[in-house]
Amino acid sequence: MEQFASLKRTKDGQPVRYLVVDDSVFARKNLARIVETFGGQVAGEAGDGMTAITEYERINPDIVLMDITMPQMEGIEAAEKIVGQHPEARIVMVSSVGYQENIVAALQRGARHFVQKPVKPEVLYEVIKYVLGEDGVVSNAAGAGA
Amino acid sequence: MKMELIQPFINAADAVLAQGLQSPMSIGNLSMEQEAYRRKGVAALVLLTGDIEGRIVFDLDPETAVRVASCFAGAELPESDELVRETVCELANQVTGNAISVLNDQGFHFRVHPPVLHISEHGPQSTEDTEALVICFETARGSVFMNIALRYNACRSDELATAAGR
Repeated sequence: MEQFASLKRTKDGQPVRYLVVDDSVFARKNLARIVETFGGQVAGEAGDGMTAITEYERINPDIVLMDITMPQMEGIEAAEKIVGQHPEARIVMVSSVGYQENIVAALQRGARHFVQKPVKPEVLYEVIKYVLGEDGVVSNAAGAGA
Repeated sequence: MKMELIQPFINAADAVLAQGLQSPMSIGNLSMEQEAYRRKGVAALVLLTGDIEGRIVFDLDPETAVRVASCFAGAELPESDELVRETVCELANQVTGNAISVLNDQGFHFRVHPPVLHISEHGPQSTEDTEALVICFETARGSVFMNIALRYNACRSDELATAAGR
């Protein structure tokens, strides 16, 4: 897998902590593998929107990677609820369903960005850098996948 | 079944498989299926409702499923691994999601349901309204079959007919 310069938290130089939300175990593992190449750490996983909300409260991640089509509660609704409670939450929607209406709905309800599946690591890397803004810093040391 | 409905699925399968398998693929056999659907191996079913209704089945023989899943996972997986079935479902999800994104931007509205493993040996028989097209994608890891049966929702068909009559 491609090598990336590590993305760290500016405030303490620690790895960026992720919550990965997807009903597919395969998709969660794949995203975990990708963010580890960015030097990130998967702090938690969830398979539906309801669990995502409780996991967010529990682990307070730096970034949430959220699928849209999921059982029980879909990703856009879960994103809205999380941002309602935590306006600072940085949620990136990661979905195969990438039509305009869906993207606009996700952004209007609190998501910071949208990445379409299949995920290209270089695209996700740039999106995460953008979403972290000044709270993230590129370290010279390569990511874990390097 | 109109080609305008099928082409986005072919394009999406091409893109998803080529990226996931890191190698080009080609379209092999293409046929209309009159008989009841018969599962070949590990199969994932995605239902669509809305302006266009129907289902898409992705079907791989067990050996191909293991090879494809191992490639997507970046590690050799045993045939018994749940991740093999998960990968086939996610493959179906990504192809369908990409295809309906294109169709949605063309004005069709859908709901795509989460993929489920298709475990029975047979599926429902095609009808005149929902004839199934079976496309075989030849990849470096084996053949991937996409079985599509879609039709315009009756309400949508009326709208299109009205629009055409104007």
